[in-house]
Amino acid sequence: MSNLYNVSSTPHIRGKMSTQLIMLIVVISLLPACGFGVYNFGLRALFVLLFSVASCVLSEYVFNLITKRPNSISDLSAVVTGLLLGMNLPSSVPYFVPVLGGFFAIIVVKMLFGGLGQNFMNPALGARCFLLISFPKLMTDFVYNGASGATPLAQVKNGGCPDLHKMIIGNIPGTIGETSMIAIVLGACIMIMFGIIDLTISGTYIVSFGIFLLAFAGKGFDYTFLCYHLAGGGLMLGAFFMATDYVTRPYTKKGQVIYGIFLGFLTAIFRVFSPSAEGVSYAIIIGNLIVPLIDRITVPKPFGCEKTKKEGAK
Amino acid sequence: MANEKKESLGKGIVKTFTNGLIFENPTFVLMLGMCPTLAVTSSAINGMGMGLTTMVVLTLSNIIISLLRNVIPAKVRIPAYIVIIASFVTIVGQFLEAYLPALNASLGMFIPLIVVNCIILGRAESFASKNNFILSAFDGIGMGLGFTCALTIIGLVRELLGAHKMFGYSLTEIATNIGANGLADWFSKQTPIAIFVMAPGAFFVLAALCAILNNIKNKKDSAGIPNKLLSGCSSEHDCSSCSQRGGCHSAFYDTKAKNQPISKMGEEAKNND
Repeated sequence: MSNLYNVSSTPHIRGKMSTQLIMLIVVISLLPACGFGVYNFGLRALFVLLFSVASCVLSEYVFNLITKRPNSISDLSAVVTGLLLGMNLPSSVPYFVPVLGGFFAIIVVKMLFGGLGQNFMNPALGARCFLLISFPKLMTDFVYNGASGATPLAQVKNGGCPDLHKMIIGNIPGTIGETSMIAIVLGACIMIMFGIIDLTISGTYIVSFGIFLLAFAGKGFDYTFLCYHLAGGGLMLGAFFMATDYVTRPYTKKGQVIYGIFLGFLTAIFRVFSPSAEGVSYAIIIGNLIVPLIDRITVPKPFGCEKTKKEGAK
Repeated sequence: MANEKKESLGKGIVKTFTNGLIFENPTFVLMLGMCPTLAVTSSAINGMGMGLTTMVVLTLSNIIISLLRNVIPAKVRIPAYIVIIASFVTIVGQFLEAYLPALNASLGMFIPLIVVNCIILGRAESFASKNNFILSAFDGIGMGLGFTCALTIIGLVRELLGAHKMFGYSLTEIATNIGANGLADWFSKQTPIAIFVMAPGAFFVLAALCAILNNIKNKKDSAGIPNKLLSGCSSEHDCSSCSQRGGCHSAFYDTKAKNQPISKMGEEAKNND
């Protein structure tokens, strides 16, 4: 009887999705790519991933402890950040690199700005760029099968012709999580199935990237060249797992389309015109920075607002 | 009478001096002069050189401006200050070029840019144009030393993290000289975090040091130690006996009631009316 008299404010019916559940599904959908990375690069890749996750979770725990906040590690967002960061590192990095990166991602990029939901930039990508600027040699040293060599994308940039089948399956040098297109798309399918992400950002990002790439690269409509760029580097990982980060993407569908096109444009520019072969991570963090501006210009009109404006004009 | 005046001058000198060094530190509290702070502090030596150069210019220009404060017409005061500051910057710049060419080369463009350093113009406008030349000189020295300390600390932290060096000596060298060979070995294998000697590192270090200082300041405030200088009040007494409380708009911290800022004494006085 008593619950009939309970008085509460809206919302009265809540969905079953919680932050924890969403993050759990993201972790699960990251696992195929992680697993392939470990298979591809050996046990060392697993340790890099573990160090990265442990560093992120521990940083968040200690920060909450020091600042006397309620502990937030159970929402699993630190695990997602740690996994993404680990997937963005080469398997040959010394172990202090993922630890330092996790610390930077959680403390500087996320917690200092107010924790989950307040960070202006994807923590994993912020940390990746921090590490990339700090340790350029360690971060671009891709060891595969005991020999360090250029990534396929760098080979393409220098006029080489790597094996496209290997690139799609993922038997190539690169960072731990980015090599296998198949594993990443599999993970993305899991997320789409559970309704965690939709194709608005990822789709516009990849399509506009393809269009801009063909426009800028000056090679005409070269199908193989396009495939090299779609399968190589961090494009798939970035498009499905990082550009779609709930905190750092625009709210509205219209804004998300603008965001996706902007990311595609920047990535194509970086890949074609910059000295380095890769440009996804910088493109996404620059995109993150303009998200507040996109949100500002795509504020939806309240229902009926337009009509009153017209009447006012008369 | 003369004795009393002397004493208050002495007190004023000490107060002005510590004010610039700590309570109104130009970098960490006033947030002035950010351009040289961020640009030249890639090593402790550079930071110190920049700070000392600025201090010399600041002190000399403060003295001259305060001596001329009754002569300079109010309408053209800024151009007049700039001329005075620019002359001293030229003199100091020539001096550096002649005697410290290495420092001059590493500071480069930022020496002539001291002319437009807002600390110097700010102190000329807010202090030297209102006070006598003795106080102005000490204000210049205090502010300059505060700036030097801040720049040296930022430079030291950036150098230590970004290049594993202290004042130009690498940590490996230092450890070897001390005799700690194991430590020297360990240092020689580590990779420094290079981002700290680049532009983003300056922002990280400045933010972190400001946060630490603010934390100390906040603790001091909540411990009940009055920090009136920070709130812009120059009175030496506490607020209850202040003659200006009627028109005062600053928030003060009471010494007796802990943690309780007495907000806006002015409003309270109005209510009493």
